[in-house]
Amino acid sequence: MVPADIYSKLNAEFGEAILAFEEIPVEPFIKVAPESIVAVSKYLKEEPDLKFDALMCLSGVDSGETLTVVYHLHSTEHRHKIVLKVEVPKDNPYMPTVEGIWMTANWHEREAYDLFGIIFDNHSDLRRILLPDDWVGHPLLKDYKPPEFYHDMPISFEARKE
Amino acid sequence: MSDLVTEEMMVSMGPQHPSTHGVLRLMLTLDGEIVKEAVPHIGYLHRCFEKHAENLTYPQIIPYTDRLDYMASMNNNLGFCVGVERLMGLEVPQRAEYLRVLVAELNRIASHQISLGSYGLDMGAFTPFLYVFRDREIILDIFEELCGARLTYNYVRIGGVARDASPALLDRIEEFVDYFEPWIDKYNNLFTYNKIFIERTANVGVMSKGMAINYGVTGPNLRGSGFQWDLRRDDPYSIYDRFDFNIPVGNGEFGTVGDSWNRYRVRLWEMEESVKIIRQVLNQIPEGPIMAQMRGAIRPPEGEIYARTETPRGELGFYIVSDGSPKPTRVKVRSPCFTVMSVFRELSRGCMIADLMAILGSFDIVLGEIDR
Repeated sequence: MVPADIYSKLNAEFGEAILAFEEIPVEPFIKVAPESIVAVSKYLKEEPDLKFDALMCLSGVDSGETLTVVYHLHSTEHRHKIVLKVEVPKDNPYMPTVEGIWMTANWHEREAYDLFGIIFDNHSDLRRILLPDDWVGHPLLKDYKPPEFYHDMPISFEARKE
Repeated sequence: MSDLVTEEMMVSMGPQHPSTHGVLRLMLTLDGEIVKEAVPHIGYLHRCFEKHAENLTYPQIIPYTDRLDYMASMNNNLGFCVGVERLMGLEVPQRAEYLRVLVAELNRIASHQISLGSYGLDMGAFTPFLYVFRDREIILDIFEELCGARLTYNYVRIGGVARDASPALLDRIEEFVDYFEPWIDKYNNLFTYNKIFIERTANVGVMSKGMAINYGVTGPNLRGSGFQWDLRRDDPYSIYDRFDFNIPVGNGEFGTVGDSWNRYRVRLWEMEESVKIIRQVLNQIPEGPIMAQMRGAIRPPEGEIYARTETPRGELGFYIVSDGSPKPTRVKVRSPCFTVMSVFRELSRGCMIADLMAILGSFDIVLGEIDR
């Protein structure tokens, strides 16, 4: 199925929860309301002619005003792909986890939490994954400034020179 | 005896441990010899690739991709370049495409050799390690002649490849495959069908097909679970659709489909298939330019792409967001080792400590790619 058909199918099923369908190059995407992502994902995985059984990638993106979570889905049976996007405000970055649908999301959501500070509600094990547990801040945010010291060890270039 | 309860013990395995293939820490909860829980702690090799990528131009990122999966740098270069080229709609000259497939398959063999050798070490067999390193050396020499580097190549570039291969080098590659092909059988006799090795790995760490797909496991680990899935055939990139090769899957010859032995066995079959592809490339490679005509800085148009390629470890995806400037807004690496590591906790529950290394070794992980 092509993305436009998947969009109309989702739109018929969920109505207002499907916010938009944008045809940007190279891959169009479907924008979903944060509170409906679990229901939409479940539907995408279980509906017989969609069967998106594999979550290829889950990425966080800092898109200026908001934080975006991008889901790249793929069906090993029908061999089609789709991109979903969920946007959450920076000052309230809460959204539900899809860990219960694709286990791939478990570690990828931890990574998005670690590097962007997006908090996935009901996640079974939301800890930092790449950075140390006591690290301050979320480095992939565009306005991130690294701390000068970590446990008295100089980090920034300026701090090291002194 | 049956209601004898021993005290639980917490053991930290790693970060410095010979069988963890890098700096990985496993936090074990043990009941005697039995592992109740093994929680992987990663991040010791985190080098902020994604943050660096946002501050570099596209060609500058390529050497950084070398250092993700340093056992198969060519495949990493290729994955990133394929993504950028698709975003730009750039056509790559034919000779460059053939050279790319050639180096990618040679590197796949070299990577699988390392996997075989180090798995042997994990399982207490030292000899195979020496044999595979001897043969891998020839591939590294070929790469050295081709691009000047032995480990981090920076060879595949956006729009083509960095250098052309001389006819003498192509002859040398042909010589290598003629020499190497019979050795695959010898590896098998030496190691694959060794009784001790089979006892150690068959029926250990059985991963079902459904579990593998749900966790996003790809590559030889997924094929070991009996699912025929290879991006070279199922989502073709470069010119892989022109070649004739099989996709081997685990058959459960000695244990269950999806156990450690099958995951290991698939890699040896894949070496044979890579040899097949290399032979076809050498027969078909045309003359011509090796770089596409481009003007000025590389500026992909505004847009985004998720490009995935089949590296020796599975599906390597690059999610690239461009705003039309020479630097990407976001580069996310979907690493095959990262996803396969996430399955470890569930797979190792209830096994023996010695089996942990059998499972971990069969995944063939590279920590540089997990931590990025």
